[in-house]
Amino acid sequence: MFAFLHKYASLMHFYRLSARWSGWLALATALLMAYGLYGGLVTAPADYQQGDSFRIIYIHVPSAWMSLFIYMCMAGAGAVALVWKIKLAEIWLRASAPLGASFTFLALVTGSIWGKPMWGTWWVWDARLTSELILLFLYVGIMALDNAIEDRRTGARAAAVLTLIGVVNIPIIHYSVEWWSTLHQGPTVSKLDRPSIHIDMLIPLLVMAIAFTTFYFAAALARVRGGILAYDRNTNWVRELVGREAARGHG
Amino acid sequence: MSMAGVFAAVVRRELRRAARSQSEALYPLIFFVLAVILYPFALGPDPALLARVAAGVVWVAALLAASLSLDTLFRNDYGDGSLELVVLSGAPLALVALAKASAHWLLSGVPILLLAVPLALALELGGTTLVILLASLALGSACMSLIGTAVSALTVGLRGGGMLLAMLILPLYIPLLIFGAAATSNAALGLGAAAELYFLAGLLVLAVTLTPWATAAALKIRMG
Repeated sequence: MFAFLHKYASLMHFYRLSARWSGWLALATALLMAYGLYGGLVTAPADYQQGDSFRIIYIHVPSAWMSLFIYMCMAGAGAVALVWKIKLAEIWLRASAPLGASFTFLALVTGSIWGKPMWGTWWVWDARLTSELILLFLYVGIMALDNAIEDRRTGARAAAVLTLIGVVNIPIIHYSVEWWSTLHQGPTVSKLDRPSIHIDMLIPLLVMAIAFTTFYFAAALARVRGGILAYDRNTNWVRELVGREAARGHG
Repeated sequence: MSMAGVFAAVVRRELRRAARSQSEALYPLIFFVLAVILYPFALGPDPALLARVAAGVVWVAALLAASLSLDTLFRNDYGDGSLELVVLSGAPLALVALAKASAHWLLSGVPILLLAVPLALALELGGTTLVILLASLALGSACMSLIGTAVSALTVGLRGGGMLLAMLILPLYIPLLIFGAAATSNAALGLGAAAELYFLAGLLVLAVTLTPWATAAALKIRMG
């Protein structure tokens, strides 16, 4: 009984608690992104080799980071959903999957666009680009499995298992840079002690990374709140909420 | 029943069923042979070219055949309700999963290894390179059975299950393909292949350790 109450309450409370979070995060995203884009596109100096075309880094690299970060968030949510059977974690996982897939797609497209002037070709079978592509298929698989299973909770928990199986691929993606020697330039930022990037180029990049992260949380929260309503659509609190909204709309 | 008893019972049951419905067990093997012999038709019969692509061809065909054969792994048990009984029986599910994967390897991995010998020879791949191909395929196919069992448990009984299974599983097989094909092409160039084989062996250890638990969790979720 207590467990039931606890589960029931946590979705409802989270919904009420998070009412304004998404908006604040969206505002933070807008401010950070404006600053990051201005810094990256206007004040950062042009690269001595790549000229202005390096500036796509401000979209490409944060997207690639987010594609991994969101997968890690999903794996964490999946573990919580499987071990403690917390509904909110299930909802978080399935809300995150399309966002992660979109960032992965964005990283692939921008990587390809960047590759054209740098390598002279749209696509190179390079370790990290290829790993991103595999990651995209992992995301697609998770969404497909979730969709194929009719029962919402079973689908979310099956997707959680698949996410955790796929997480084994994440270190392979990470270490693929060292495993294969390819055309791809080495990491420019992760060498934290002496990054091989100018500080005026680095700061906008980090700001953009933060902006992408706040965007993810803003978008995921909005999707999670929708998911909560769908999960609890047969409970009284959702009926009352929807009734109130409808009355306000008519009045 | 003891732990070994459960394991042996599941393996014996799978082998007996394969013996009684041989055609179902044969389809993936025939598919494997067909998939390999398509390549000479597509690329032309030039021996030098075939020798260069042979390892990759055999590996890709083995991946596809494994993903096809995994579709039936739980389907019959699911259809006649015995899977539910197994889940309810209280037998350690991770052990059942390991036994299922072992049976799958015996019924699909081992025949593919045997078939790979004449096929590789026909593709002008022989000698030490063939030995390395077989070693990498032996390690790789065991990994394929283990990972595949887990994903197959997730997709059992779903509409379009076979295609969905292949879609979910092939990305997970890519690391195996990379190391397996790299080992074989290193051997063909006269280089050492030990590093890649050790990697495959490491992945196998990881798969043996982790995937039975994933399969057990998947079965529990899908069987409610």
